[in-house]
Amino acid sequence: MIWKQLELTGWGRSSRAACRVARPERQRDAAAAVVQADERSVLAFGAGRSYADTGLNTGGAAVLTERLNRILAFDQTTGEIVVEPGVTFRDLLEVFLPRGFLVPVSPGTAYATIGGAVANDVHGKNHEAVGSFGHHVRWVELLLPSGDIVRASPEERPDLFAATIGGIGLTGILLAISFSMTRVPSNAVALREQRVRNLDAFLDALKNEGEKAHFSVGWIDALAGGRSLGRGILETAEPSNEEIAERRRKTHAVPMDCPGFLLNRWSVKAFNALYYRRFARRERRRRLAYGRFLYPLDALLDWNRLYGARGFHQFQCVVPFEAGALALRQLLDAVRAGRNASPLAVLKTLGAAGLGHLSFPMPGYTLAVDLPRKRGVEDLLAKLEAITLDHGGRIYLAKDSSLSAEGFARMYPKLEPFRAVLADIDPDGRMASDMARRLQIRDGS
Amino acid sequence: MTGDTWLILGGSSSVARAFAFEVALQGADVLLAGRDTEDLARTAADLTIRTGREARALEFDATAYDTHAQFVETCRGMAERLDIFLAFGIMPSQEETDRDFGLAKAMVETNYLGAVSILDRLAPVMEAQGRGHVVVLGSVAGDRGRLRNYLYGSTKAALHTYLEGLRARLYRSGVQVLTIKPGVLDTAMTWGLPRLPFPATPEVFARATLAHVKRGREIAYVPGIWRLIMLVIRSIPERFFKRTDI
Ligand SMILES: Cc1cc2nc3c(=O)[nH]c(=O)nc-3n(C[C@H](O)[C@H](O)[C@H](O)COP(=O)(O)OP(=O)(O)OC[C@H]3O[C@@H](n4cnc5c(N)ncnc54)[C@H](O)[C@@H]3O)c2cc1C
Repeated sequence: MIWKQLELTGWGRSSRAACRVARPERQRDAAAAVVQADERSVLAFGAGRSYADTGLNTGGAAVLTERLNRILAFDQTTGEIVVEPGVTFRDLLEVFLPRGFLVPVSPGTAYATIGGAVANDVHGKNHEAVGSFGHHVRWVELLLPSGDIVRASPEERPDLFAATIGGIGLTGILLAISFSMTRVPSNAVALREQRVRNLDAFLDALKNEGEKAHFSVGWIDALAGGRSLGRGILETAEPSNEEIAERRRKTHAVPMDCPGFLLNRWSVKAFNALYYRRFARRERRRRLAYGRFLYPLDALLDWNRLYGARGFHQFQCVVPFEAGALALRQLLDAVRAGRNASPLAVLKTLGAAGLGHLSFPMPGYTLAVDLPRKRGVEDLLAKLEAITLDHGGRIYLAKDSSLSAEGFARMYPKLEPFRAVLADIDPDGRMASDMARRLQIRDGS
Repeated sequence: MTGDTWLILGGSSSVARAFAFEVALQGADVLLAGRDTEDLARTAADLTIRTGREARALEFDATAYDTHAQFVETCRGMAERLDIFLAFGIMPSQEETDRDFGLAKAMVETNYLGAVSILDRLAPVMEAQGRGHVVVLGSVAGDRGRLRNYLYGSTKAALHTYLEGLRARLYRSGVQVLTIKPGVLDTAMTWGLPRLPFPATPEVFARATLAHVKRGREIAYVPGIWRLIMLVIRSIPERFFKRTDI
């Protein structure tokens, strides 16, 4: 296996890690990479769409999965599929949507890999209807730190399976993943967008309409305050029965790091206001191809560069429904008070808890905000953590850059069984990440 | 397999995979030949699922010369009409081959003798067919012997000369022989090397190569800028060139 010294970064570009990197093109080489990493610790790296240090391993070894990207089996009648970990959501959309199949759960970007989707047990805009990615996984083939390759599923080695779903790569390197694709009647959704005045109205709408809809997601203006706090646009959608003509989607690249001052309080305010009024009436209905609906941000390649060379953080938490209105009000107030210009924030509901020991989803409201890396952002993040904890909520590891080890342990009650699995399969701590060290996932009492 | 079938020799590399995908997209079936048949079977499954074309894995060892005649028979039995992409080759570093003649020998045997052995046996098939394409992966390294890489370069230089002759021979039967000279490809072979100029992804390489096939070209550089670069490098007098350490 050939190694190269490289600097890898998280999507927010505020976390960076120098490490030795291998890029195997076949399974055998992936296994060799783990064995040959010698004393160094190892971690898989997918498409790097996690925002901070989830996929980083400073001073250790990284195994890039981008070239392990083959589709190994597909059953046209049942929709069952087996893929290598580096296959992306984009690959699957391109190959299978024309045949009437869609990935059951999609994050907001199609560039993420299936390996990454399992390791973060990602959720989509249909979480209440179908759960998170792990709910659809039939089995995984895992390269353990020992070099052995084993299969895990809800029936076979269920504990290892539960540790691997949402296990942020710490149980080994996924080599193959089997899950079920969903049949869809057409290539589009019937989308309804409505403007919502403020937070209370938003939560009502999410409860009343969001719950009934197959897909639902809200975009809110995190800068609006007072009576307009929490105003935004609620999107609800159903699979459409009618096909629409789909031109090849154009993508635009952000060619360079934008100067940080471009995203200031005023420009963002103006942008949010425009977005809020982007259609004339209170409501708009249209049909939209899945790609555009599920992955709106992908139209702009490398949009993370808009935040300038210093990068940004994303904060995402879930708070239980009961705590909802109060917790969200406090979170949004804190963001506003932090004077940290944050463009659109995402607000949606989550349903059933995930199957993984460290799965993020639980029933409640989830809020995600981008926070440019400016002075004071650490304090703001700490404050957001405290509010989340106060209300019995939880922060999403795929996005997190600043959670404390104590906060983490309180938010993830199945940490102990997770540790037990690691102690069993990886007594020497061969798998590691910057996040695991920061959150003391392995050690602790 | 009916219709056009591309036989990919050395099918496990990322460029071979990308090329196989490109031809399958254009409607051809694919035979993937190489030593790691388990890996090839995965690529074959992937190709079939993505493109709907038929794809099969075949065992092939470039240096097992005495198996080549039988191998060609097998291919003929499987496909009605063959096109060929020869993509195998190894590139240990010059220091390694300086230290270990075994490695030097293996490289010459694989890159040159292996190619000669299989192409010699495929030539009559192509002649009988009276049409088709033979695409062989050469290298800009074969254009000039360099301090850093001359043994590898010499295997490719020998191959280039061989292909010039083969081209003349098969031209008479209406078969194209294309020597494709990649500059720097972003593959497993170059992964460990320091940052190299103008790297092309396997996908870009595959599309460009197929375009050269369609244009009926004889020799092509990919990316095209390498034609210029090599023109300059070839024009440096030996007297000066010997002092450089590129
Ligand atoms: C624009 C955008 C929108 C997003 N929207 C959502 C959303 O709606 N819902 C959501 O849940 N997430 C969302 N995310 C987060 C993203 O889906 C996750 O971070 C996902 O894990 C990224 O996958 P990746 O392939 O980039 O993995 P990476 O970020 O490279 O890695 C993530 C983790 O997976 C591990 N990993 C990767 N491959 C393997 C493997 N083969 N074996 C074992 N472990 C592996 C890594 O070690 C790491 O711990 C979004 C991200 C972006 C940038």
